[in-house]
Amino acid sequence: MTDPVLQTRGLCLSFGALQASKDITLDLRAGEIHALIGPNGAGKSTLIKQIAGGLRPDAGQVLLDGRDITALSTAQRARRGLGRTFQISELAMEDTVLQNALLGALGAGGNPFRFWQSALGHSDLRDRAETALERVGLRDKARMRTSELSHGQRRQLEVAVALTLNPRVFVMDEPMAGLGTSGSETMTTFLDGLRAEAPILLVEHDMDAVFALADRISVLVYGRIIATGTVDEIRADKTVRNAYLGEDA
Amino acid sequence: MTTERILNAVVVAGLVLFPIWAWMADEPFMITLATKAAILALAGVGLNLALGIGGLVSFGHAAFFGIGGYAMGILASHAQAYDPIFTQPFVFEGSKSMPVIWLTAILASGLAALGIGALSLRTSGVYFIMITLAFGQMLYFFSISWPAYGGEDGLSIYVRNSFPGLNTLDPIQFYGIVLGVLCAVLFLLARLAKSPFGLALGAARQTPLRVETVGISPYRLQLVAFTLSGMITGLAGALFADLNRFVSPVMFSWQTSGEIMVFVIIGGVARLFGPVVGAILFIILEHLLGGLSDYWHIYLGALLLLIVLFARGGVIGTLTGREAAHD
Repeated sequence: MTDPVLQTRGLCLSFGALQASKDITLDLRAGEIHALIGPNGAGKSTLIKQIAGGLRPDAGQVLLDGRDITALSTAQRARRGLGRTFQISELAMEDTVLQNALLGALGAGGNPFRFWQSALGHSDLRDRAETALERVGLRDKARMRTSELSHGQRRQLEVAVALTLNPRVFVMDEPMAGLGTSGSETMTTFLDGLRAEAPILLVEHDMDAVFALADRISVLVYGRIIATGTVDEIRADKTVRNAYLGEDA
Repeated sequence: MTTERILNAVVVAGLVLFPIWAWMADEPFMITLATKAAILALAGVGLNLALGIGGLVSFGHAAFFGIGGYAMGILASHAQAYDPIFTQPFVFEGSKSMPVIWLTAILASGLAALGIGALSLRTSGVYFIMITLAFGQMLYFFSISWPAYGGEDGLSIYVRNSFPGLNTLDPIQFYGIVLGVLCAVLFLLARLAKSPFGLALGAARQTPLRVETVGISPYRLQLVAFTLSGMITGLAGALFADLNRFVSPVMFSWQTSGEIMVFVIIGGVARLFGPVVGAILFIILEHLLGGLSDYWHIYLGALLLLIVLFARGGVIGTLTGREAAHD
């Protein structure tokens, strides 16, 4: 078995009396999609923030490629190869679709402190941005203002920006949120192909997508991981059925 | 060509033609008014980089305007008294040369902006407004209480500083210098707005979290923008002092910060020519309404209210019919 690309070891975080993360240890191996599921308020978003940046755990470590990134800022983690997408799109709404993708390319391609040449004129940045848009099917929307995109297209752009970074791992917070049936299917097919490029830690409520995509699933309830296993193992697990999936799953 | 570009071209044409008319009609006072408008426009253009593209509402840009002014005042007063500013560890003479004064003003205000920005940018929103205001007021009271350079009375410079090959005492020639500087800075900022830096800075205003997530620190972008912004406003301060041949603590006052912000808001936030249009309108109103009443600011206040309530894109936004400035 190969070493995990992304690992958490014993993450603990409390907000006052509320223990949002209790000794969370999980890993993400090369080539896999590892889904993180759990009811609302289980601490999924809190965990994602400790992994991708934004919250510091009280105890425990986050490791990327075996190196401790617990103390690094969000920006430093991104430069180490952590590509994150948000549940609610974080995009520059006044800018064009291409400019949003260029921003990603700019972060990945190094130096934003270039004042003279037009951002659109840097062919290396532009190629990278356009390739990413092409892959999610937004190439023909490149000149559109992001605020004019449909909800589903914004979800696609969110993924495209992460693609421009050529990350080592993807951390995706509900990429299917708010997508209709066909949108969900398209995204599922896309993510299915993406795992060969970089493993995906996927937080998702859409159980059809989770069962279709995940190599492994971890179930988070009240800040604790109650089970980790393959789709079949999780479906068969009694505690999980009681806590989350319900009897009909 | 977009409507906004046509409008910008009209503004530039006006900035060139009006003083030529005044010069031919032998109206030196009109040239001085135009010079004042162009210098205040430059101060606003500086603020617009931080406020417009960066979204940093600085209520302390008088600090940089004043530092630029005092850079000119201190250098020129020592030069006219043939008295070096200091002799240890090396001899530092005053100067009456505009390029030397400009460079000093830009460096000094840039350093101040770097320091003020480094501390202020740790806050945001209303706290950022208040802390920049506090820094401005600190410098204001310092300038009042510093007797070496005139204290409350300010500093007078007898002869306008020199520029190689030109007679700066001739109003139209001095205006030419000011307009040249303004156009050069506008050109640089037009490039900057479209550059990778401009793209990242604009994104950091709209969604700092996204900028961090692609590996760029919004704080650094904003600090560089704030520093460049302070440098431009500092250069305007040096020119303003040269126009009046006088520097005083008023340049540091919060009213000055407010006026600079008013230029930007009237003209149109984040529009390249917003502060230029704003400063020109301000000077026209001051000239026309100031003749009617000592309390002309009340009309300016009414105009400002109307713009903030009904025309968020300022004058340029209203005329070109597009609310957002970013494309």
